[in-house]
Amino acid sequence: MAAPSWRPTSAADSLESWPLVDRIGYRLAWATGGALCLVAGAIVLYMAVRGLQYLDLAQFTQHPTSDIDQSKSGGFFDPLLGTVLLTILGTLFAAPLGVATAIWLSEYGRPAGLARLVESGVEVVAGTPTIVMAIFGLLVFQQQFFGFLSLTAEGDAVLGRSFLVAATMMSLIALPLVVGATREALQSIPGHVREASYALGKTKAATIRRVLLPAARPGIGTGAALGMGRIAGDTAIVLILLGGTLQLEEANSFPLIGDLKGTGSTLTSYVYINSPAGEGNAPEKAYAAAFVLLMIVIALNFSIDRIARGRRPAWSV
Amino acid sequence: MGAAGRALARAGARLPGSAGRPRAGGQDAGGQEAEGRWSDARVERLLGAVACLVLLLIAGMVIFVFAKAWPSFAGNGFFGWFDAKGDTARQMEDIFNSPANPDAYEYELSAWSLLWGTAVITLGAVVIGLAFSLFAAIFIVEFAPARVNRVLEPVVRLLAAVPSVVYGLIGILVLVPFVADHFISPERKESVAFVVQLSGGSVLVAVAILTVMITPIMIAIVVDALRAVPRSWMEGAAALGVNRWRVMWTIAVRTARPAIIAAAVLASARALGEAIMLSMVSGSTYFAPNPIDGLTFFLEPTRPLGAAIVDNSEGLSVEPFGQTLYAFAAVLLVSSVALSLGGYIAKRPLRKYGVRP
Repeated sequence: MAAPSWRPTSAADSLESWPLVDRIGYRLAWATGGALCLVAGAIVLYMAVRGLQYLDLAQFTQHPTSDIDQSKSGGFFDPLLGTVLLTILGTLFAAPLGVATAIWLSEYGRPAGLARLVESGVEVVAGTPTIVMAIFGLLVFQQQFFGFLSLTAEGDAVLGRSFLVAATMMSLIALPLVVGATREALQSIPGHVREASYALGKTKAATIRRVLLPAARPGIGTGAALGMGRIAGDTAIVLILLGGTLQLEEANSFPLIGDLKGTGSTLTSYVYINSPAGEGNAPEKAYAAAFVLLMIVIALNFSIDRIARGRRPAWSV
Repeated sequence: MGAAGRALARAGARLPGSAGRPRAGGQDAGGQEAEGRWSDARVERLLGAVACLVLLLIAGMVIFVFAKAWPSFAGNGFFGWFDAKGDTARQMEDIFNSPANPDAYEYELSAWSLLWGTAVITLGAVVIGLAFSLFAAIFIVEFAPARVNRVLEPVVRLLAAVPSVVYGLIGILVLVPFVADHFISPERKESVAFVVQLSGGSVLVAVAILTVMITPIMIAIVVDALRAVPRSWMEGAAALGVNRWRVMWTIAVRTARPAIIAAAVLASARALGEAIMLSMVSGSTYFAPNPIDGLTFFLEPTRPLGAAIVDNSEGLSVEPFGQTLYAFAAVLLVSSVALSLGGYIAKRPLRKYGVRP
């Protein structure tokens, strides 16, 4: 990643001459590094063993049903679909907002006070607990005004729970990641690239659209992938804003809109409900779904390496 | 690179002809977007407006949550709400079963056990995690051979990426039974049986898993800061005959102090808001673990604020009960906003070393 760190001597040849405290510190540093690998390895291995033990291909296509007998409670087709739907939707909401915010912060940023305020605001959103976002979302989207986003019951009571609602709040989780990655990408574009564009008679807006945005694309992709990983892994918003029905329930028979306005579940809520903490208590199902979820999240997080390795801009050496 | 060049360019853009209005049919692809619909001023205003949505959102969040939570705070008085008197479990039940008449709503609550549980778990995880991540960051930056670092970097990213529900699942199916079987002897169970039931879900498991969850965040921040310490400073120390460990400890770590504070603060914001995992492994009992119980303290269950909201989420739309839950959220919101801003301020001094937080 960064430049190789400074190495005056190799570690071994002088270690004997170090004071005891320093040697202890050195050993502790090695121990923590080893412990990290051990914990990560244990988690992945354990989930893989348990997951593969209870996973079979039929689970990917079967609808989940509530049954006490774990062999009859079906698979996780709907939760899987829910995860995919929610992740894509949330990222679609977050990406334009995040990119616009990042461009304004790094290319305009005037007045400076407001820019600093927005910058700290993004930080605050990143630190806000998702459970607080979730119940804030419930409060907002149960207002009559937002009734078109979810189911409306007979007495005009708005349910306030649907894919659209959950994705809106989910986009807030992805937002800071998109902003951060895009800003970093924009700031790493050398100033002379902008100047060259201005010299050719392009306006600032045209420069952003034709020069800076294409160059920042890997950065935007990185942020979006990280955001998708976080959205796919979040549980609190799903539990509270997606309605907690195991299968996808359409709000009306309209092809896609009905599903988006309807309720459902995702892999995270499926795992939670099937864990001993939820009402399902089917650990086998939970392990299998958690393994699939873990694989999805890992794939999303490590896809950024591929994105970042993509086409290098012309000015990079 | 940026500031000076951009200022120059901005000045240049004002020169006549360089970026002026397009002459009729005069220009290439830039012509269609040069002026008119996408004029510079308009784009700047538009992007600025979008950026300010974030501020609007935060203001909305604070106002909405507090407006909803207000009756719960007002019904108890400010200090009453944070007090330790009374049995929280029974109070929550009374609130849930309070009469439907708005004048007779029951609000009496002293949320100390929740606050104490949140504080104990958060502090425990942050303190252990900070020590751990400091050593890990030193290792990654200075001592790990390149081959080890190639493994360690994805490992840290992996630990940060694992969803909290997966951590919770491992906790509730593996660690909680393990603690129940091996650490909780019948005598220990007996010793606190008159106040609380020990079942394995405990402060110990919660702190252990939470530490694993927040350590990667801290490592990332501290590593960035340690890498940004000017090399000449460390080389200067090394030239004076200081060994590598002491160079890291006295020069690099000291320079990176703002980052270490920022890491601790931002990680506690994250730890504070963790709800799902904690609701699965913390025992979910309204109980304030008591330090005078000695080692049993670590085995006692509790219920942090976030977990209390998740556990009671069916009651969110029941009137006085929902307001009480929103009061928990309000406390979480205020503390996390304060911590995030604190972290933001703590990170600012790092800019002079070229770290862009």
